[in-house]
Amino acid sequence: MLQDTTTSRMKPAIALEGISKSFPGVQALADVSLSLYPGSVTALVGENGAGKSTLVKILTGIYQPDGGTIRVDGVETHFAAASAAAKAGVTAIHQETVLFDELSVAENIFLGHAPRTRFGLIDWARMNADARTLLERVGASLEPSIRLRDLGIASKHLVAIARALSIDARVVIMDEPTAALSYKEIHELYELIDRLKADGKAILFISHKFDEIFRIADRYTVFRDGRMVGEGLIGETTQDDLVRMMVGRDVGQVFPKQEVAIGEPVLTVSGYRHPTEFEDINFELRRGEILGFYGLVGAGRSEFMQSLIGITRPSAGAVRLDGKVLVIRSPAEAIEAGIVYVPEERGRQGAIIGMPIFQNVTLPSLTRTSRSGFLRMAEEFRLAREYTSRLDLRAASLDQDVGTLSGGNQQKVVIAKWLATKPKVIILDEPTKGIDIGSKAAVHAFMSELAAQGLSVIMVSSEIPEIMGMSDRVIVMREGRMVGQFERAELSAEKLVRAAAGISEIAP
Amino acid sequence: MNMLLKNREALLVVAILALVALITLRFPGFIAPANLGRVYNDTSILIILALGQMAVILTRCIDLSMAANLALCGMVAGLINVAFPGLPIPLVIVAVVALGAALGSINGLLVWKLNIPPIVVTLGTLTIFRGTIFLLTGGQWINAHQMSAAFKGLPRADLFGIPALSWFSVLIVALMFVVMTRTATGRAFFAVGGNPHAAVYTGIDVGRTRFLAYCLSGALAGLSGYLWVSRYAVAYVDIALGFELDIIAACVIGGISIAGGIGSVPGAVLGALFLGIIKNALPVINISPFAQMAISGMVIIIAVAVNARAERRKGRVILKKAEAH
Repeated sequence: MLQDTTTSRMKPAIALEGISKSFPGVQALADVSLSLYPGSVTALVGENGAGKSTLVKILTGIYQPDGGTIRVDGVETHFAAASAAAKAGVTAIHQETVLFDELSVAENIFLGHAPRTRFGLIDWARMNADARTLLERVGASLEPSIRLRDLGIASKHLVAIARALSIDARVVIMDEPTAALSYKEIHELYELIDRLKADGKAILFISHKFDEIFRIADRYTVFRDGRMVGEGLIGETTQDDLVRMMVGRDVGQVFPKQEVAIGEPVLTVSGYRHPTEFEDINFELRRGEILGFYGLVGAGRSEFMQSLIGITRPSAGAVRLDGKVLVIRSPAEAIEAGIVYVPEERGRQGAIIGMPIFQNVTLPSLTRTSRSGFLRMAEEFRLAREYTSRLDLRAASLDQDVGTLSGGNQQKVVIAKWLATKPKVIILDEPTKGIDIGSKAAVHAFMSELAAQGLSVIMVSSEIPEIMGMSDRVIVMREGRMVGQFERAELSAEKLVRAAAGISEIAP
Repeated sequence: MNMLLKNREALLVVAILALVALITLRFPGFIAPANLGRVYNDTSILIILALGQMAVILTRCIDLSMAANLALCGMVAGLINVAFPGLPIPLVIVAVVALGAALGSINGLLVWKLNIPPIVVTLGTLTIFRGTIFLLTGGQWINAHQMSAAFKGLPRADLFGIPALSWFSVLIVALMFVVMTRTATGRAFFAVGGNPHAAVYTGIDVGRTRFLAYCLSGALAGLSGYLWVSRYAVAYVDIALGFELDIIAACVIGGISIAGGIGSVPGAVLGALFLGIIKNALPVINISPFAQMAISGMVIIIAVAVNARAERRKGRVILKKAEAH
């Protein structure tokens, strides 16, 4: 490709060299480099947790790197804050566009740099006219005065891009921009990206979808575990090469999985569907089994689990627990039946900050800790002590506020809370997301122990090593449907990634 | 001192003692047990109302209609007494508590089923309740001479040297303490306000819990309606006008977080007492009513600032070595 050879000789618009960033307990980025060239689209690929979002935050000045340099047009720069990155012409369009719903399209485009009249007031006429010009440039026939909330996601993306043009952005970061778009909208976005390229913008395109990477990108960079593991021209690589680089050759982590005799079916789900989120979910979960649910973010796994425990209602489908048909209308009924769900967002859906540890643990088990309608504090402490000590919780006192614990220990409190209900089936949604290695190992060991005690575990995870290391069987979901089922013996990282991303077995 | 700062209730006790000491310097009679008893008795209704408001605020809601509910229930109590002077007072009380709970349940249903923001719902019902009093009476007052002796006498009735009004508040404090610390519903109030999303997953019905909190605040407002009207021996449209602000202020001073999930019965009681002492003391040390309002307002802001400081202090423990203690 002619264009690719020219870009490789061009100077990068922005270049990161040897960037490192660590958080307590986690090395998010280690010595990574990335160059973005004017008029070129660079695809950034990597599994969840590979460090892509950390890199975006460094590029946009939200995080400051621990080490390494950022060069804009060859000049070493330091982004002390998001405003500095914006000034240097770096702008990001996020998965869920961060704009202001209640403001007009024109205001969204010009917020912070609106044209002024000579009295220092906002020049509405000029702002609307300028907005119209910008919108035409991105191919959007939108009225600048309408409110943003009345637009669909695709149009919001266009507004965000118009905003990028209005601040004369030179580097445009698109973080999974097509995740919520329809087929037609995606193609319109491709055309727009082509136009931005022609305008000489340097574009960083983050995506899990290989078809669009090969359609739109000129170059690629692959991240794995916070390191850059490969880069080059898209024309000189294949989907297979990219997948291999993404997953690596070894799992690199030893999982404390115990061999457990798998027993009879405990939970049977058949014909489960929801009008907008998922359909045709059929599977069996056996005693002592750890069943992994793999898929890309937004594949409908959490939505299905939430419907299974009665947060939302399915439009059709049946659940059988121990052979008996079960109708679950609320989380309380799910807990009563013995199915518990440990949600993904620990902060938002897990622990109750401001409440002592022991009360967090006993919250779903209050009927068991009370006698004739009155709670028995001693009984609560006993229950909380039993389960938190099994998880090796490090806390000065069970009376202490959960908010004073570290993320890993908060996760242990949440898991202890669910175990205390003595469930038959426990659903763990991204059980180790965002917690340190030590706590991860403790959660994994405990998960294995639970299975050994005859509990059935469903583990929703987007991390390949965890899925491969812990599951007896894996179901892969994509776009709300089950697209693959693998026994432990036949698991491979490549199979999982292919199924989740929708790549056929035979390389194109 | 650091220990004290961490414990809101202890801090409030210290503040109240300091306040009483300060007032005693200007007016030595204030510290006399009989006077302190009078101050408590005067604050009894505020304590009862603050406890109801506390339940609502804990669930991340607010009840602006409590004072209007009180006025409506008080008027109805008066009307019942005028119409059936022979009816035993306990029956009147049961009737107005039920009426208050029913009025509260309207708030609760609107918040639960229609998902209307609590501040809007209760602002609306506040006006409706006041308007209803006018519709019931045409703006007429019920005066002392129209009420039966038993009706007016109950709050003043003496039991072990303490007026019944005080006993009512003591009883409600004890009852609420048990509800908040020893029942699943009380625990649910904290959970819903602390983290509504997490509460849903633990099987708590957030809407229903808020509904129950509103019923509770309504019932306590109903009880206060009878106590208010019988104590002051008068009922009219505008009784307890603006009192909702005192109720909320008592909660805020008592360390109940407006963001929900944090608070305690002793805190609410102490917050109400603090406000009650100020309101009782300022007139006796000759401070003008207008300065009194300004001082009350300042106290509220200081209390919120102190609470905000306490919240901030509780950072997350990130260092492993700090976690052990």
